[in-house]
Amino acid sequence: MSEPAESPGTRRIVTPSRVVVGLCLLAPFVAMLWVNSYARVEPTLIGIPFFYWYQMLWVLISTGLTAIAYKLVQREKRARKGGAAQ
Amino acid sequence: MTPYPATTPLAASATHGVNGVALAVFVFFFVAVTVMGFLAARWRKAEQSANLDEWGLGGRSFGTWVTWFLLGGDLYTAYTFVAVPAAIYAAGAAGFFAVPYTILVYPLIFTFLPRLWSVSHKHGYVTTSDFVRGRFGSKGLSLAVALTGILATMPYIALQLVGIQAVLDVMGIGGGENTNWFVKDLPLLIAFAVLAAYTYSSGLRAPALIAFVKDGLIYLVIAVAIIYIPIKLGGFGEIFDAAGKAFAEPGPVPGKPRGALTSGPNAQWAYATLALGSALALFMYPHSITATLSSRSRNVIRRNTTILPLYSLMLGFLALLGFMAIKAGTEINGNPQLAIPQLFEDMFPSWFSGVAFAAIGIGALVPAAIMSIAAANLFTRNVYKDFLKPAATPEQEHKIAKLVSLLVKVGALVFVLTMDKTVAINFQLLGGIWILQTMPALVGGLFTRWFHRWALLTGWAVGMLYGTLAAYGVASPTQKHFGGSAAEIPGIGEIGYIGLTAIVLNLVVTVVLTFALKAVKAPEGVDETSPGDYTVDAGDEGVSPDLPPVTSKAPADS
Repeated sequence: MSEPAESPGTRRIVTPSRVVVGLCLLAPFVAMLWVNSYARVEPTLIGIPFFYWYQMLWVLISTGLTAIAYKLVQREKRARKGGAAQ
Repeated sequence: MTPYPATTPLAASATHGVNGVALAVFVFFFVAVTVMGFLAARWRKAEQSANLDEWGLGGRSFGTWVTWFLLGGDLYTAYTFVAVPAAIYAAGAAGFFAVPYTILVYPLIFTFLPRLWSVSHKHGYVTTSDFVRGRFGSKGLSLAVALTGILATMPYIALQLVGIQAVLDVMGIGGGENTNWFVKDLPLLIAFAVLAAYTYSSGLRAPALIAFVKDGLIYLVIAVAIIYIPIKLGGFGEIFDAAGKAFAEPGPVPGKPRGALTSGPNAQWAYATLALGSALALFMYPHSITATLSSRSRNVIRRNTTILPLYSLMLGFLALLGFMAIKAGTEINGNPQLAIPQLFEDMFPSWFSGVAFAAIGIGALVPAAIMSIAAANLFTRNVYKDFLKPAATPEQEHKIAKLVSLLVKVGALVFVLTMDKTVAINFQLLGGIWILQTMPALVGGLFTRWFHRWALLTGWAVGMLYGTLAAYGVASPTQKHFGGSAAEIPGIGEIGYIGLTAIVLNLVVTVVLTFALKAVKAPEGVDETSPGDYTVDAGDEGVSPDLPPVTSKAPADS
C-alpha cells in the first residue's frame, strides 16, 4: 500500500537516497505481514516467547529505519534548496 | 488459575466493595485534570478565539513536543490499556496484532501525511473532506467522507467509555448486573458529562495540556507494572507457562481451545490483515488528521514518526499484562475488559491502584475529547456549512461545532449501551471498517487526480455496504451480530479483516468505473490544487503563516 518512492511531487527523479528511503519504509511491512516467519515460541528471551519479543524488537528496528529515512529526506531537501534557486 | 468463563460469571462477588483509598486518589486526579481543562482555555490564547480554526486546531501553533503528546494521546487510549490486554487475556497471540499495527502506522504517516499538511496549509483545509472537495470538485464525495468520519469515530469513542467503565467497575462503583441500569451506568454518565463539559469550553487546548499530565501518569504506571508485576509473579517464564496451559483448555467456542501462544497457521491471515487494516485506518480518522494539521510544519510530522514508535514498545509491554492476569488468576466475572484494572487492584497497594486507574481513566478521556472535536469539525465544515447554512458566520460555526462534539459523544454512548462490551476491541475494528472506505479518495487524491469522483463515490458506497453487512453477519458466543471484525475473504478462503476486504472491493469498483467514466467523458470536476501544493512547507509563498511561535522547546534544527 505504501509506495514511498512515489512521494516527490514535482521532481520525479529516482535518486539513490530516495530508493533507500523507500526501502526503509517498506521493510517493516515485509517483516510484520509475513507472520509465519515469526510464529513460534523458541527461542525465548527472559521467558518471553519469540513471537512477542521479535515483534517488539521490530518496534526499535522500524524506529531506526524511519529515522534514517527522515535524515535522508532532510539532507536531500537541504541540498536542493542550496543548489537550485527555489 | 481461573479459566476464562465466557458465559457463567464466576461468583456472586461482582464487586469487591468500594476501595476507598483508590477511589480517593482517582477522584483527586480526575478533579485536577478537569480544573486544568477549564484553565486550558486561557493557555496561549491567540487574539481571536471564536472561530473554528482556533477552537478545533488550537490555532495550529503546536510544535514537535506538544504534537508528540497529542498524537501519543491518540495511541495511549483505553484501547491500549484495556482492550488489547483483554484480547490477549481472552485468546492469546491473536490480540498482539496491535503491535505490528502500531509499527506499520508510522511509515504510512511518513509517506502520506506531509502531503496532506502542505495542501491543507496552502488552501486552508481543516478536514479531509475540505481536501476531497477541493481536489475532486465534488460536494457529494466530500459529504460521504465527512459522514463516514463521524460515524467511524463513534465506536472508537465508545471504546474509551468502555475503558472508563471497566475502571469504575473494578473500583466497586459501577454496580453489578442486578442493580438497575441507571445506578449501574451513573459513574459512566458522570465521567461522560465532565468530558463533554471541558471539551466544550476549551477545545483542543484542553486535551493538549492534559496530555502532559496523562502521559506522566501513564509512563509511571507502565514502568511500575511491567517491572513489579512480573517479579511478583515469578518471572516471564512462569507467566507464559501458566498462559500456555490456560489457552490449551476449552474456550468459549465449543470444541476449540481458548487461544494460543503464537499465531497458528489458520490465524495468520487474520493477524496480518488486522494489523495492516488497522494501520491504514488509524491515520485517516478525523482526530489523527486534526492532530497532524495542528503541527507547525510538514517537517514536524516526519520528525514525529521517528520518536512516536516508542509508544508502541510500551503498548507491547502493556499487552503482556494480559498474560500476567492469567498467571495471577485475576477474577473477571465473565468480562475480560476487567482483567487489567482488576490485576492492578490485586497487585498494587490501594493508593497506587488509584494512580493506575486515574491513568487509564484520563487516558480514555483525552482521546475521546480529541476524537469528538475532530468529528465536530467535520460536521460543521462539511455538512452544516456546505449543505445546511452556507452563509454561516464564524461564530455560528463555532457554536455548531461545540454542539456536535456533544452529540457525537451521545452517539458513542449509544454504542456502549447497545453493543457487547466484553470484546471492546471490536468497537475500534468496526470503526476501522468504515473509515478505510475513504482511503481511495483521500490517499489516492494526495498522489493522483486519475480517479473519477463518481467512481470514488460508488466504490465508497460498495465498500461501506459490504463492510457493514459482513460485520453484521459475524456472530460470537455472546452476540448474534457485530460479534467480530474478521470473516472469510471471498475467493481466498482464509479468515481476514473485513475492513481490508472491503477496501479491496472498493478499489476494484473505483478503478473499473473510472475507466468507464473516462471513456464516456463524464465531467471530471474542478481541481483547485496544483502539483506544487503538495510539497510546500511553512515559510513558502502562499502557505498560511502560523500563529505565534510555540512556547515549547522544539529541537534546534526546526
